Amino acid sequence: MKIIKPATAGTMESSDVIIRIEPAEKPGLEIHLTSSVMQQFGRQIEEAIRGTLEGLGVEDARVEAVDKGALDCTIKARVSAAAFRAADRNDYDWRVKQ
Amino acid sequence: MRLRRSMMFVPGNNPGMIKDAGIFGADCIMFDLEDSVAMTEKDTARFLVYNALMTLDYGNIEKVVRINDLSSGLGVEDLEAIVRAKPDVIRLPKTENAQDVIDCEVEIERIEREAGIPVGSTGMMAAIETAGGVLNAYEIAHASKRLIGIALGAEDYVTDLKTTRSDDGTELFFARGMILNAARSAGIDALDTVYSDVNNEEGFRREATLIKKMGFSGKSIINPRQIEPLHEIFMPREKDLIKSRAIMEAIREANERGSGVASLNGKMIDRPVVLRARYLLELAGEDPDGEQEQE
Repeated sequence: MKIIKPATAGTMESSDVIIRIEPAEKPGLEIHLTSSVMQQFGRQIEEAIRGTLEGLGVEDARVEAVDKGALDCTIKARVSAAAFRAADRNDYDWRVKQ
Repeated sequence: MRLRRSMMFVPGNNPGMIKDAGIFGADCIMFDLEDSVAMTEKDTARFLVYNALMTLDYGNIEKVVRINDLSSGLGVEDLEAIVRAKPDVIRLPKTENAQDVIDCEVEIERIEREAGIPVGSTGMMAAIETAGGVLNAYEIAHASKRLIGIALGAEDYVTDLKTTRSDDGTELFFARGMILNAARSAGIDALDTVYSDVNNEEGFRREATLIKKMGFSGKSIINPRQIEPLHEIFMPREKDLIKSRAIMEAIREANERGSGVASLNGKMIDRPVVLRARYLLELAGEDPDGEQEQE
């Protein structure tokens, strides 16, 4: 899935995460994370973001994430929504179990 | 019997509320993709509720998802996602007639087949929110075996009637009566509308007492603070429970004797009396067929 424009999903409220995805300046996934639980869960959150993007077939993107203590399922939901918005697509395949 | 005294709406785009929804003791959680979600956030809410249902464990609480109506252009996509996450029930808003229920059921069944989910395992409830819908309540209640209940959505309904909601609910008497009788004739639950003023507990109690007295199974709620008073109002009185236990005990004794006729204190127990006793015990969380403990 090709990222063609900047897009955002999520809010700054507690238990949420705001994800901004934009076209990559260089190949690969570049993830910048700020989190209220960075020390304990920073690596896990980054892996959740990366894993979701890879699952969607996003190879190149720049991601800014501000986490407010979101659960993994919330991270996955916000990344998926932001990626589809940034790819300007709405043909999510619900038949594929993510 | 599945209790549906309290059906709590949870906005579908609020991760904090979705995360905590299971801790308050509501009988059902209704994740909302419709009115509480802005048009610009329909996609994000759908992703969020789908992922929450696939991940979070709400125990025995019934999980309902209110989708957007099919004519909005959003409803089918909501079903594509949500049916695969296997909620207990899909709530269809703005139901006008039996065909609306059938159209939704056709989509649910198609998705169940595609996803390898047992056909018929997704329940449905229909919310009636217009004068036309109220007049069609009977055909709506009988439109599908999947229906577990029909509900009144009063805000849209009173607007359709060109009136507003009042404290005593005069404007809702006809709709409540229609929906209640339609639901009971189909053997399904009748569910009352929300009481929006969460700071007015007295008004909420008055309304909950009224709908319980009418025969409703429960009520939609919008705040966890409304759960406790609602359950308190639906709790049968102790003297009625004592009588109900005695009735069920008499029935058990008659069965053991091989007698088709049971009596209590010299009076024959009729079938409606047994059904009422059974319902009251189930409302109180007791097993009507359970043996009573010996003192």
